[in-house]
Amino acid sequence: MLSAEEIDGFRDEGASPVTPPDGPVIDARGLELVFQTNDGPVHALNDVNLQISKGDFVSFIGPSGCGKTTLLRAIAALETPTDGQLMVNGMTPDAARRSRAYGYVFQAAGLYPWRTIAANVKLPLEIMGFDKAEQERRAADVLRLVDLEGFERKYPWQLSGGMQQRASIARALAFDADILLMDEPFGALDEIVRDHLNEQLLKLWERTEKTIAFVTHSIPEAVYLSTRIVVMSPRPGRITDVIDSPLPRERPLDIRDTPEFLAVAHRVREGLRAGHAYD
Amino acid sequence: MRDHVGPVLTVIAAILAVWYGAAVWMNAAWTQQQAARAGTTVSLSEILADTMQQDRPRLPAPHQVAVELWETTAEKKVTSKRSLVYHGWITLSATLLGFAIGTGLGMLLAVGIVHSRAMDMSVMPWAIASQTIPILAIAPMIIVVLNSVGVSGLLPKAIISAYLSFFPVVVGMVKGLRSPDVAQLDLLRTYNASRAQMFWRLRLPASLPYLFTSLKVGIAASLVGAIVGELPTGAVAGLGARLLAGSYYGQTVQIWSALIGAAVLAGLLVGLIGLVQRVTLRRMGLAR
Repeated sequence: MLSAEEIDGFRDEGASPVTPPDGPVIDARGLELVFQTNDGPVHALNDVNLQISKGDFVSFIGPSGCGKTTLLRAIAALETPTDGQLMVNGMTPDAARRSRAYGYVFQAAGLYPWRTIAANVKLPLEIMGFDKAEQERRAADVLRLVDLEGFERKYPWQLSGGMQQRASIARALAFDADILLMDEPFGALDEIVRDHLNEQLLKLWERTEKTIAFVTHSIPEAVYLSTRIVVMSPRPGRITDVIDSPLPRERPLDIRDTPEFLAVAHRVREGLRAGHAYD
Repeated sequence: MRDHVGPVLTVIAAILAVWYGAAVWMNAAWTQQQAARAGTTVSLSEILADTMQQDRPRLPAPHQVAVELWETTAEKKVTSKRSLVYHGWITLSATLLGFAIGTGLGMLLAVGIVHSRAMDMSVMPWAIASQTIPILAIAPMIIVVLNSVGVSGLLPKAIISAYLSFFPVVVGMVKGLRSPDVAQLDLLRTYNASRAQMFWRLRLPASLPYLFTSLKVGIAASLVGAIVGELPTGAVAGLGARLLAGSYYGQTVQIWSALIGAAVLAGLLVGLIGLVQRVTLRRMGLAR
């Protein structure tokens, strides 16, 4: 349903994937975000400073209300910071969105029930005006990447929750953005499926060399996946600790029993406890 | 399916039993009056037999209505003014035209209401207010006003019919267009989708299950509107005219057969929409 002008307009705005060669992919300085609610202002983000480099896997962990989802949404230009500076790929978040800088994965898979799996994956491609052949090719590629070959013609309800979430990751990967923003993508899944998907996500990250920002409630998940772990605490939402993981990039599941892993997990737990101490 | 036959037949049998009982009870008085006037007495069995076959009973017995229905559908040419099929068709054509107008208008209004805050605040209260006016009060005015500007026949009836059917479509469609949750709208925002893309790819498909439910209510309302629209036209033609003519001349059998004809028509129309709904939703992958 796109007119030719719309497609051209879109390409003019966003065809050049500008990635500064060196600088951080995501750069937050003195970021503040205050929601005005009926109960008065809520300080969702307070003086957030964070630089994420290309190829990093960064997890945001903290209790509800610590602003981790708000920070992710601000990066995605779904929320507007009230103060401070936020750059994504060297642009404002809004410009980054228009240049297709990131794919976003929500907690609920949010697949359209009236579209097949392949058609769901093609949704962003249709909106961005890719031609039919390119849509087919990319959909097949990303579905292979998340191990969903053979499910192209199935409807979402015919798939398990874990498979649906994989399909939604494929959808976020389809237009080949450099950044993947994931908001508790496995939060609603059971432990066994979650372990499996964590393993797959790591492989996918290694193969695609994306920069991933990942929000989670789970300490083992954060430590297992991340190169950096950002610990946050609420009221006001702020960063209390940033941990560079000493774990190697190659991570079998049983790395979670090693002393190094447990040491990082312990530090995260301490950080979370410290953030909670005053309430 | 077989499990359903028993209960369905039981309900039908119960309705017929109550109907027959009520016919005896309501018609017996007339039988006794006639007997008293003639100076004779009637036995119980004579009363029972007479209440089943009066010319103008207060409540016709089911078989009288069935015979009338048979005679006015199967045994009359469909072009005859005494054919219920002829009158049914006249009402049906007004119903369908009104339904089309009402549905189209309803969908347009819903799209406007969802996309414009001003329309939401200005149109919706009027839509609601329009339905609080009794249709019987406004129908004659619509007929008279349109007649005075030279519009008569099918269109005024269709407009009354549309007046009743647009409302459920507006309400259902607005609800359906607003049914996508925040996450789904946010997802499209991350793709930088335009409002038109959001509408065609998300809001419209998401609204269809709601729309079909509204259409079922709407088509039944359309039929009622068309029948009501036939009442002030002086009982020329249509199911409404049959009802009115029947009441002028005390032809209760005719009234009841027209009522049942209207009910059957409504059932068929709603069933037809149900069929379209099933086929459409299955093809969309929404039916399991």
